[in-house]
Amino acid sequence: MIELYLFLIFMLIAAIIATEIKDLLAAVISLGAVGFSVAIMFIFVQAPDLAIVQIVVEVLTVVVFVAVILRTTHIDETIGKKLSGAQILSIFLYAVFAMLFLIVVLRALQEMPAFGDATMKVAAEYIKIGLPQAGGANLVADVILDFRALDTLGEATVLFTSVIGVVALMRKSGRKR
Amino acid sequence: MKGMSLIVKSITNIAVGFIFIYGIYIVLHGHLTPGGGFAGGVIIAGAFILKFLAFGSAIKAERQSSTITSTFESIGGLLFIGIALMGLVITGTFFLNFLPKGIQLHLLSAGIIPFCNIAIGIKVCAGLFAIFLALAAVKYSMED
Amino acid sequence: MMIFASCIILFLIGLYAIVTKRNLIKIAIGFAFIEYAINLLFALIGFKRDAIAPIITSLDAPHNFVDPIPQALVLTAIVIALGTTALMLTVILRIYNRFKTFDIAEIKKLKG
Repeated sequence: MIELYLFLIFMLIAAIIATEIKDLLAAVISLGAVGFSVAIMFIFVQAPDLAIVQIVVEVLTVVVFVAVILRTTHIDETIGKKLSGAQILSIFLYAVFAMLFLIVVLRALQEMPAFGDATMKVAAEYIKIGLPQAGGANLVADVILDFRALDTLGEATVLFTSVIGVVALMRKSGRKR
Repeated sequence: MKGMSLIVKSITNIAVGFIFIYGIYIVLHGHLTPGGGFAGGVIIAGAFILKFLAFGSAIKAERQSSTITSTFESIGGLLFIGIALMGLVITGTFFLNFLPKGIQLHLLSAGIIPFCNIAIGIKVCAGLFAIFLALAAVKYSMED
Repeated sequence: MMIFASCIILFLIGLYAIVTKRNLIKIAIGFAFIEYAINLLFALIGFKRDAIAPIITSLDAPHNFVDPIPQALVLTAIVIALGTTALMLTVILRIYNRFKTFDIAEIKKLKG
C-alpha cells in the first residue's frame, strides 16, 4: 500500500499550494492535480466506474474555472494586503474548531472497521441477487438503475436544476431599447 | 470567440469522431463494463466542447445551438421519466424492471437498464454542453 | 486509519479556504476540495483486501468483490458536485460584472 500513501501526500501538498498561491490560474491547475490524484486512488481501491467519472468531471470543472477566470481579472489575486482584525479572529477560531473536530473524528474512526476489512452485511445480499434479478453484469449499474433508481432520479433533477440556473443567470440583461 | 490555428482544426476534425464513438460505446455497454450513462454522457459532451473550442463561433449561430441543446436535455429527462412511468402503467410499481432479462452477459439483457443509460447519457451531454455555452460563448453586456 | 485521517485533513484544508480567504475564486476552490474529500472517504470505506472490482465477467468464477454500495452513492455525488460548482461560478462571474473585483472586503464596502 505504499503507492496509496505517496499519492495521498502528493494530494495534500497540491491542496496546500492551491489555497496559498497568489496566481489564480496556478491555483486552478493545482485543483486539477488534486482531482487526478483522487481518480488514481479510485483505481487503487478497485473502483473503475468511479475513476472514469472522476477524471472527466474534473477536466470539465477545470475548464469551467478557466473560462470564468479568463473573462475576469485574468491573473493576480488581490490579497497582498495585511490581515485585518476580523481575519485574525476568524483564523484563530478556525484553529480551535479544527482541533476539536480532529479529536472527535479520530475517536470516531477508531470505532470503524480498519482499512481493508469492509463488513459487507448489506452488500452480500446485493451481490447474491444482482445478476439473477436485475440481469446486468456490472453490479454498480445494477444498484444505481434497478435497486436504488429513485436516487438516480433525484440526481437527474439536481443536474437539471443547476443547468437551468446557469442558463438563466447568463442571459443578456436589460430590455430592448 | 476566436478559433485556433489550422493544425488544431485538422486534428480536431479527426479526433472528434473517435471521441464520439468511444462515448457511445461507454453508454451502450453500461451494464456489462464500467461506465454507464453519466461517464458516457460527459465524454460525448467533451467531444462537442472540443469542436466548439477549436473552431470558435464560426460554426453556427450561438442562439440556435443553445435552443437545440435545451430541447435535447428536456427530451432526455422526459425519456427517463417515461420509462419509469411505463413501469407504473404496465405493472403496479413505479420504476419496476419490466422488460425480460434475456441471456446474461449479452448486449440486449438486463431489462430497462440499457434504455435508462441512453436517456441519462443524452440528458447529461446536453446539460453540460449548455453550461459550457452559457459560460464561455455567449456575449453579454459588461454592465448590469 | 491514517488513510481515513488524510481524507479528513483534505476536508479541513478546504474548510480553511472557505472560512479565512478573501478571494471568491479561492472560496470556490475550497468547496471543490470538500466534495473531493468526502467522495474519497466513502470510496475508501468499501475496500476489501485482495478483492476485485464488482464486475461479473464469467458466470462460473468465484465472487470476491469489493463493496458496490459506496461506489453507487459516490457516483451520484460526483456529478452533483459538478452541477453545484458550475452554478457557484456563474454567480461569482455575475458578482464580478457588478463590482469589478473578487475581494469580499471591497464588495462589502461598495454594496448598494
